[in-house]
Amino acid sequence: MIRSIAVVGASLAGLSAARALRNQAYDGTIIAIGAEPHVPYDRPPLSKAFLAGTCTEDDLALGDPDESLEVDWRLGTAAVRLNPGSRSVTLADGSEVHADAVILATGARARQLPGTEGLNGVHTLRTLDDAVALRADLAAAERLVVVGAGFIGAEVASSARSLGLDVTVIEALPTPLAGPLGAELGAVCAGLHADHGVHLRTGVGVAAVTGGSRVEAVELTDGTRLPADVVVVGIGASANVEWLIGSGLDLANGVVTDAAGATRVPSVVAIGDCAAAYSPYAGGVVRSEHWTHALEQPAAAVATLLGERREHTAAPYFWSDQYGVRIQFAGHRTGTDSVRIVEGDPDQRSFLAVYERAGRPVAVLGMNQPKLFTRWRRQLSAPDPAPASAA
Amino acid sequence: MSQPVCPLSAIPKGEAYRWEVEPPIAIFHTEDGEVFAIDDTCTHQDASLADGWLEGCEVECPLHASRFDLRTGKVDAPPAKKPVRTHQVTVTDGIVHVAVSDAAPNLPPGV
Repeated sequence: MIRSIAVVGASLAGLSAARALRNQAYDGTIIAIGAEPHVPYDRPPLSKAFLAGTCTEDDLALGDPDESLEVDWRLGTAAVRLNPGSRSVTLADGSEVHADAVILATGARARQLPGTEGLNGVHTLRTLDDAVALRADLAAAERLVVVGAGFIGAEVASSARSLGLDVTVIEALPTPLAGPLGAELGAVCAGLHADHGVHLRTGVGVAAVTGGSRVEAVELTDGTRLPADVVVVGIGASANVEWLIGSGLDLANGVVTDAAGATRVPSVVAIGDCAAAYSPYAGGVVRSEHWTHALEQPAAAVATLLGERREHTAAPYFWSDQYGVRIQFAGHRTGTDSVRIVEGDPDQRSFLAVYERAGRPVAVLGMNQPKLFTRWRRQLSAPDPAPASAA
Repeated sequence: MSQPVCPLSAIPKGEAYRWEVEPPIAIFHTEDGEVFAIDDTCTHQDASLADGWLEGCEVECPLHASRFDLRTGKVDAPPAKKPVRTHQVTVTDGIVHVAVSDAAPNLPPGV
């Protein structure tokens, strides 16, 4: 009988787990541990409305003052060790939290560009504190260089452009977003930069970020020197799982779980960005960093923890807002899928594209087509499981 | 005061019409033939509910999937927390009329 649960991680996945526990009639103790000092807040606006100055810190709150989750929040202290035998969690201040079950939701952190540590004006963007610092720095800046043309980099470029900065985006790949979207449509999304006066340089790496105490320029591998008042590094994220080394969990770019969130340690489940879960869409273990995954998947993992094993089966989904254009993607594509524009025109920045495998839709990309996108999204389903033998 | 908006025949069953007032209002014609009007903008972030997925008397936001009850405006689950404002609808001689609510709208940040 589970009477106490430690939720390690106090962002969207951790909060969603607490909500799922109460929705599923769990009435025992919930202790939520968060490394950041803040109550749960919404991260997607950090690179968009919050950076552009059209929403405030209060607007970011994920919690609802009208809900009574009865959670014991332990904020501002990171977990440093999981002791699987006793299912206790040791915190950075030396205290210990004992529980009958543990939900791992420690998320991910932004990757840093090696050699830029301690150089003022070089930012990553993951947390509220990151966004506050970047927003303050951009207010006094004229030239921004963004390293990485993924979604975070593109959104930061868009927000900074709306603030009037001169923006250059550097991307090592020949085509931005070719991984998730494919080269053809990655190029269409990357075209938004030029549409709005942002310089994009692809297929070139960063040789050095130079400056004294403060950044002055980004030097590229082709010899170009780009003067910069501020640099934002958006080169991906790493799962926060180092603290679990030695706990007996299977760690491989995240805490490995099955499709129901279960780890190899009994009464320990993992959710959100820190979990590498089996996905029927990908046909393998993937670490999803998507917001909707962190919102929805905890309900399945919580059911599993409470003894009613449930797999999370929704198609992966993410969105991005850049330059007033809404990009939405659902499903999972591979390099061999064909792609077809079923509505609109990429040149008009309004279209819907469907990725197909063996004649079946496996993924869909919309640009400024929310209505049609939703219809196609609902038609996606995981590839068929192996046929069951007839009874 | 009720204002004429459009002929009901302009909104097929299962579809919605976005009325471009300030703030915009979404008018839904359900599969059962009922007509409802709510503020078009999701209370969480800027998304048009007329673009959402209509099922029964509920619409699902096309961006983050919070569902709003067209009859009451209530939201079923996060991320939206506030209800959407509802408006009174009448259909007279095949014309949809909407009486815009006096209540304050629950618009998302930045809208």
